[in-house]
Amino acid sequence: MAFEVRIPTLGESVTEGVIVRWAKQDGEAVKPDDILLELETDKASMELPAERAGVLRIVKAAGEKVAVGELVARIEEDGGARAAAPAAPRQAPAAPEAPKPVPPVPAAPAAPLARAEAEAELVAARAVGPLSPAVRRLLAEHDLDPTLVPASGKGGRLTKEDVLAYLERSARPVRIDVPAAPQPSAALAEGEERVPLSPIRRRIAERLVQAQQTAAILTTFNELDMSAVIALRAEHKERFQKQHGIGLGFMSFFARACIAALRDIPVVNAEIRGDDIIYRKFVHLGVAVGTERGLVVPVLHHAERMSFADIEREIARLAGLARDGKLKLDDLAGGTFTISNGGVYGSLLSTPILNPPQSAILGMHKIEKRPVVLADQIVIRPMMYVALSYDHRLVDGEQAVTFLVRVKERLEDPERLLLDV
Amino acid sequence: MAAERFDLIVIGAGPGGYVAALRAAQLGMRVACVEKDKALGGTCLNVGCIPSKALLDSSELYRQAQVGLAAHGITASGVALDLPAMMARKDKVVRGLTQGVAGLFKKNKVEWVVGTARLEQGRRVIVGERTLEAEHVLIATGSEPAPLGGLPFDGERIVSSTEALALARVPERMLVIGAGAVGLELGSVWSRLGAKVTVVEFLDAIVPTMDRGMGAQLERALEKQGLAFRLETSATRGERTERGVRVTLEAKGQTSVEEADVVLVAIGRRPYVEGLGVREAGIALDERGRVRVNERFETSLPGVYAIGDAIPGPMLAHKAQEEGIAAVELMAGVAGHVNYDAIPSVVYTWPELASVGLSEEDAAHRGREVRVGAFPFMANGRARCLAETEGGVKVLVDANTDRIVGLHILGPRASDLIAEAALAVEFAASAEDVARTVHAHPTLPEAVREAALAVAKRALHI
Repeated sequence: MAFEVRIPTLGESVTEGVIVRWAKQDGEAVKPDDILLELETDKASMELPAERAGVLRIVKAAGEKVAVGELVARIEEDGGARAAAPAAPRQAPAAPEAPKPVPPVPAAPAAPLARAEAEAELVAARAVGPLSPAVRRLLAEHDLDPTLVPASGKGGRLTKEDVLAYLERSARPVRIDVPAAPQPSAALAEGEERVPLSPIRRRIAERLVQAQQTAAILTTFNELDMSAVIALRAEHKERFQKQHGIGLGFMSFFARACIAALRDIPVVNAEIRGDDIIYRKFVHLGVAVGTERGLVVPVLHHAERMSFADIEREIARLAGLARDGKLKLDDLAGGTFTISNGGVYGSLLSTPILNPPQSAILGMHKIEKRPVVLADQIVIRPMMYVALSYDHRLVDGEQAVTFLVRVKERLEDPERLLLDV
Repeated sequence: MAAERFDLIVIGAGPGGYVAALRAAQLGMRVACVEKDKALGGTCLNVGCIPSKALLDSSELYRQAQVGLAAHGITASGVALDLPAMMARKDKVVRGLTQGVAGLFKKNKVEWVVGTARLEQGRRVIVGERTLEAEHVLIATGSEPAPLGGLPFDGERIVSSTEALALARVPERMLVIGAGAVGLELGSVWSRLGAKVTVVEFLDAIVPTMDRGMGAQLERALEKQGLAFRLETSATRGERTERGVRVTLEAKGQTSVEEADVVLVAIGRRPYVEGLGVREAGIALDERGRVRVNERFETSLPGVYAIGDAIPGPMLAHKAQEEGIAAVELMAGVAGHVNYDAIPSVVYTWPELASVGLSEEDAAHRGREVRVGAFPFMANGRARCLAETEGGVKVLVDANTDRIVGLHILGPRASDLIAEAALAVEFAASAEDVARTVHAHPTLPEAVREAALAVAKRALHI
């Protein structure tokens, strides 16, 4: 499998850069945190570290202009092993030295990440000579390892003809040799439909698996009495709409409550980077939005500066973009904390999964009237369960529970949000 | 008398022979090169490629001065032809280059042996009084103009290309037999200089070995310049008259008569091994009198090799050169090779016609499914600046793999433009490769790129 190395968001208003140099050669073995390339934009220059271990396959050569989100290389995690010399000892992708959660999105021009102290003895795969433009395109589009394609060109060069022939050969057995064999990944059974993974879906999948593999995820629960928020909302709904041109939803209350609680418990808004903890004075708040392409989490950058109306407007804008499939990588990048509202779908309770490298995520659920005991009376109250999943490597149970309690306190008594207490 | 010892004896100092001699010297061989003419360079330098190009370039300038400059807003009056001066310039070009070869021989310590060579047993070569002996002998004797039955050369009125390069005056009427490269080029020279030229071709197309579509375009371009063509016509007989030659032509059973001051017979060339004693030495020839060689250019006589026009294949100077290099490299244990699919050929008319690889007819004949991309010079910015918008580029690619199998250019400097195509074919490039290669703007080669784009129906400027 090949991990795609793409140009991360480079900061506001920067949409492209130039690869100044590749620190690693095509075909060279790399491991997480190895600096792959040096990128220069009109604002700053930065180094892009490897997120995975494997064999580097450069797609964009040094000197080329690249856009944010553009594929510049692949890291082959097993395909590369075949390309490497047979005797070459390679790290398995799931080696103990698991990939560190390298931020794909440095908030500021990233400082060079610390290299691994002693470079493991890695044997580079056979280097492939320069490739013709058509061959480069085909290899990139089909995610092929050029070392696997027999070359017929002058001086052992690979021609477009060679690649097309290789593709045809590799396609043929699937079509001819396994007519109805139960090979789930290759052939389709009756009633199955094949739809290619969209890049965004693939990214989601990668990140979720990465989260499960790297973080120690734990979930804590609490429940909220939503009476006060509902009452406040009902009272000011129309005025709010009139004044701000946007509906007053629950999300702005939750966002404000979380931002305040994050200030109380900063570690929930922090992340592990290498051997350090990175604390933030800002909150880039991710808000999960369901689309037909999957759940996406656009980010409200600097949500701590936003009013209720700002938050509602920004969520509406991002959700619109998300549903239209027009979100840019910039819109999805840089989150420090996430709120996921499963309640809109009617979920009573869930354990949300972290959005790495973030350390926590709040799950909202549906509001339902339940009998609760208040002052020794059984009363009917609109209740909501809330869940906080957190990375136990960084966040202690006490901190997580306290965070959730702080959120609860503010939402049950929303005047505290006004007074910031 | 003791034989003089060499590592290699090259017989013939044409482009194949002299280049082979130089390459052998580079590889450390002690080389002798035998040449019967007093100048080195063979047909190509003395009575072929070079003098004909000198005259083509000069005569094209003359034509431009007459009909081309006005389009650029230049009025020229009193433009006149000084044929002796034009011929003298041509001779000077030839002399410079043949002397250059002599200089190269000296520099590389190749021994230039003047005289006619005769092969003897045991890789011996007799040249006059001298006996040379070598490990390897390379026959590079080239070819000579093929005569036509009813019109034997007389060196004056019924001439070969050799004499047609040195006519003392511009003929009023010239008849060219054979619409191949030589006939069209020399026909163009004398047409531009004022002759009324008619070209007779036995087959149904001019330049019949090249792509038919491109040939037809060239025919129209030359007709516009004043050349007349009589296709599917053969010249059966010629009689000397007071003023010139009366030639009997036959077309589909119809006989007609053409009068001309000069008849150029340019129906092709035949291998020249006269006096060499190849048969006596036991060297096998094919049915057309060409020396048979194996893939190492070795003849049926071990140690004796042959290249160029003397063996099968297109009679082209650059083909002979590549073979000469490959042959001596193989003798020296170096991996020499000639890619016969990537040999460009050029007709130096104006516009020029150049091609490499398969024509559409070749492809059809071989049952090879191709796709075609074409682009006219009319849509090329540089061509318009030059006011040279005739012709265009045609790319043939394998229908399945996009690999370029043929590329044809009719247009200004097609002879220079074809180099890119030859490189593409040599490296098995696809049309996409050429299309994805940046071409400077505005230039004529952009038409090559556009034709490559046109294969995928992606041409931008049309």
